[in-house]
Amino acid sequence: MDTFFAYGFFQRALLAGLLVAIASAVLGLFLVLRRDAMIGHGLAHVTFGGVALGLFLNILPLGAALAVAVLASLAIMKLKEKAGLHGDTAIGIFSSAGMAVGIALASLAGRFNADLMSYLFGDILAIDMREVALSCGLAPVVVFVLLANYRRLMFLTFDREAARAAGVRTARLDILLAVLTSVTVVLGMKVVGILLVTALLVIPAGSALLLASSFRQALILSFLVASLSVVLGLIAAFSLDLPASATVVLTSFIIFGVFYLGRRRRLS
Amino acid sequence: MNEERELIRVEGVSFQYHSVPVLLEVTFSIAQGDFLAILGPNGSGKTTLIKLILGLLRPTRGRLLLMGKPIEEFKAWSKIGYVPQKSTHVDLLYPGTAKEVVAMALPPSRRRPGQGKKEEEMAIHSALEQVGMLDYRDWPIGRLSGGQQQRVFIARAIVNKPEMLFLDEPTAGVDAATQALFYEMLHQLNAERRVTIVLVTHDIGIVNKHVTKVACLNQKLVFHGSHQDFCRSEAFKTMLASGHLVAHSH
Repeated sequence: MDTFFAYGFFQRALLAGLLVAIASAVLGLFLVLRRDAMIGHGLAHVTFGGVALGLFLNILPLGAALAVAVLASLAIMKLKEKAGLHGDTAIGIFSSAGMAVGIALASLAGRFNADLMSYLFGDILAIDMREVALSCGLAPVVVFVLLANYRRLMFLTFDREAARAAGVRTARLDILLAVLTSVTVVLGMKVVGILLVTALLVIPAGSALLLASSFRQALILSFLVASLSVVLGLIAAFSLDLPASATVVLTSFIIFGVFYLGRRRRLS
Repeated sequence: MNEERELIRVEGVSFQYHSVPVLLEVTFSIAQGDFLAILGPNGSGKTTLIKLILGLLRPTRGRLLLMGKPIEEFKAWSKIGYVPQKSTHVDLLYPGTAKEVVAMALPPSRRRPGQGKKEEEMAIHSALEQVGMLDYRDWPIGRLSGGQQQRVFIARAIVNKPEMLFLDEPTAGVDAATQALFYEMLHQLNAERRVTIVLVTHDIGIVNKHVTKVACLNQKLVFHGSHQDFCRSEAFKTMLASGHLVAHSH
């Protein structure tokens, strides 16, 4: 086991992976409870366009993806509000457009397909110091902002109308959640890739909800599932010579299965 | 006789939904200590009126004053508790406990960790005790019965010790015994803590037993006055004849 942790690239991957997983676990719980889990999936597709734009313009792809994802999340909200479209329709429109932009730019440039693949499928063991710094800077901010607004977000997810009547500024919290989701999705891209980033948001939260008997417990369980998935997933990737994105997600899926069996046993 | 302080003033309020009129030129006021029932047939605008007063909808015409202030300038929302219609649809997997659901309504703390925690705990304890749900404080809300959930929602609405409580058909789908306890509790809040209560209901039994004032809507305000006057009014006879009032034993 010591051998893994002796490698610098493994340490960087573990640090960035854990931070991103924790932010995803906390945020994911609120998204799952308000049945908004697929916004992560949609925004991940949008970020593909952002990464391609970054590579095309030769600027930090994660930075470009972040800007595009934040703008897209706000646009999705506006489209829902102004055009009266359902959330999944608005997400579908923007995610397709984001992917299309990415494909078009990749074709125009014709040279950065290998880089794009690393964002599509994730490549955390190859994460560089700039990307680690971005994760270390942003993931704790996401967690802090969520915990600082914990009670209001809980009210919003549970009973939006009563929350509004109690003076909670629900529209502002919607924007806050959209922006935090964009940030988390962009950070998660490098860990598990665009195609699997939803797993970080949904599986730990979904697992926690199977066994938790309080909101606080759900937060703690979600956090534990996410952290365990990253640690065990990275070790499995290193030991079995498999892509880390796949092993991290599969580990969380196995934990979900264990939690599901635990719930069935409890109910029976 | 002392004139009670006016808490809510509704002045010439109209509301349209996609060009369909829902409320027309409604004017009335609610005074401190009132236990007011809002009655009317389905689609008469009862829920819309409550939502307008709570700022959840904007009137097409007219204005609303809350505690003397135009609604746009009103900030003291913690003085108002609200239990929405059909709030009993709780997802079984929702993990929040009764205690956590009540705590949602507490204002966000701007204190250092640990400070003021005792006061918050006491407020939650007291609210749950008042609705008889203290023994269930650590139960996930999804595992409580409809009536128990409704009591927790009332606890959430009163945890900030509000001056006014709005309830929109709060006992729909709740058994008769629980309803009786529930309205007894509302009666106590009104009589002992002088909480002003505004209740949307179809149940004439509740109106006769607990309510002091009645506002009767059918897009327009067709009656507003004391319970005694309502029982002698044409509006009462019309509603009774058309089957818009039901009588449950409480």
